[in-house]
Amino acid sequence: MKLPALLRLSPRFAPYALLSPFVALFLLFGVFPLGFSLYLAFQTWEPTGGLRAMEFVGFDNYAFILSDEWFWKSLQNTLWLALVSGVPQHLIAIPLAYFIHSSFKRMRNAVVGAYFMPYITSTVAIAILFSSLFSTDYGLINAGLRTLSQLPIVGGLFSGNSVDWLNDPARIKPAISMLVFWRYVGFNVVLYLAALQTIPKDIYEAATMDGAGRLQQFWFITLPSLRPMIFFGVTLSVIGGLQLFEEPFILTDGRGGTDQAGMTTAIYLYRMAFDFNDFGAASAMSWLLFILVALMTWLTNRAFRSPEARSR
Amino acid sequence: MKGTKMKTTTTHLAPWAAYGVVFVGALVMLAPFYFMFVFASHSRSEIFNLPPPIWFGDDLLVNLSILTQKIPFWRNLGLSLYVAVISTILTLLFCSMGGYAFALFEFRFKNALFGLVMATMLLPSFMNMIPTFMIMNLLGWIDEPRALYIPGAASAFGIFLMRQFVASSIPKDLVEAARMDGCSEIGIYWRIVLPLLKPALGTLGIITFIASWNNFIGPLIVMRSPEMYTLPLALRGLQNPVNTEWGALMTGSAIATLPLIVLFILSSRQLIAGLTAGAVK
Repeated sequence: MKLPALLRLSPRFAPYALLSPFVALFLLFGVFPLGFSLYLAFQTWEPTGGLRAMEFVGFDNYAFILSDEWFWKSLQNTLWLALVSGVPQHLIAIPLAYFIHSSFKRMRNAVVGAYFMPYITSTVAIAILFSSLFSTDYGLINAGLRTLSQLPIVGGLFSGNSVDWLNDPARIKPAISMLVFWRYVGFNVVLYLAALQTIPKDIYEAATMDGAGRLQQFWFITLPSLRPMIFFGVTLSVIGGLQLFEEPFILTDGRGGTDQAGMTTAIYLYRMAFDFNDFGAASAMSWLLFILVALMTWLTNRAFRSPEARSR
Repeated sequence: MKGTKMKTTTTHLAPWAAYGVVFVGALVMLAPFYFMFVFASHSRSEIFNLPPPIWFGDDLLVNLSILTQKIPFWRNLGLSLYVAVISTILTLLFCSMGGYAFALFEFRFKNALFGLVMATMLLPSFMNMIPTFMIMNLLGWIDEPRALYIPGAASAFGIFLMRQFVASSIPKDLVEAARMDGCSEIGIYWRIVLPLLKPALGTLGIITFIASWNNFIGPLIVMRSPEMYTLPLALRGLQNPVNTEWGALMTGSAIATLPLIVLFILSSRQLIAGLTAGAVK
């Protein structure tokens, strides 16, 4: 088959031709929006007036956001949710992965699959299901708690009263955290399993010979070897946690809940643009949140730096 | 086999408790899916009975007819499928071309460009929310499916996955040899590289399809009229503070989830390996 001359690329130009569709889309929809958003953050704009209606306002949008009570409230919510849904994910995923790694052979793929499944399914479908499970009077979660409270010994730990998970400002964040934990713990289990597979077996065998028990082996061999992966996993949780949007958005009907108790900063910036029509302020808010994400990532990095590097 | 020494230490009682915890945990993970399907077959009043139903009922078809009355459900489902299929095809095409170029060619600004692409991989999704809406507005793409699949095709993760796979499994000599034999550059890509990329294309294809199928923020920003909603958006539109048709909503959610569960069961190992590729490398 002879190709027309135009299509017979020389090897020199081939990479450019191969990359051009991707790069064109990447620049237009990946890079350009960032610059545009930075520009917007310094403008005031009435969407109905068309693009001409933009007006430069300097740092006004930032000043407005920084003095906005809802912004600070949303930041508190976001940090609370990132912490309460994020930390337990790792505290549970590490021992779970360790145990699956050391004791499961045949059932392993099925078990890992069960834990991983929430991660790949639709957030919306799942959040809708959870909002029915969290219903006050007849939801399954309250029904379960009520049953537990009637058990003989442990019953005292649980209250028999129905909890208004989704409307009580004090309960909405725990409800969101439960959903987020359920959705992402399996992802972390898979990360830690991958890291555990790279630890050489003979280290454990040598430790067993020396009389180290399983707990000691976990503490002195497994945990230190997992350190780089813990750093990676925690970084992903920090970045993901600070941009939390879909789960609270669905559970609070897109508004952030009673007293904005479930409103994350990502939800607030969406509302600022699409409910309150202030695109400039919303863009400024996205940059402030971005700075926070970068800062928290940097802090995580510092916290996980190896002891040798720290002493320098 | 391996680990025979470790076996001897596991024969206490404690591991049995741990087995129990792992299995109970797995059940907790799966229970919501079970209830989603059970609730999908019950009417709204039955779902909120005390105690709630734990076995399948027979209102599935009633729920489905409520669902199709309230929203253009089949249209929403078709749109989701259409966007997911086109996204997947475009992503596979563009990312395999780009990944091949990054792995086996030398050209100006290669490292800078690759660095830039990788830097956007961890960029929070909220950063593009507002400018993307405005760009789509300017292009007149609001309520157009292409507003979802065209930007989606520029996947940084796809480029990363393809580059890794080409670099580790396609020898440069093979490409050189084909070039010596007079194969055109397009021929090399189409007849040599692409067939060798099949496993990676499978993985990226499944990941892209699932991501598009589940995408909520994207359509939330650009799809404004209910007949252009994709499935997640349409389902969320059914939620109503006063009078939610829970049975119908569960049926819709179950239908939206079922293809993913099937896909996951068929490909879980490949999928998990692909999704964590960035971490293990």
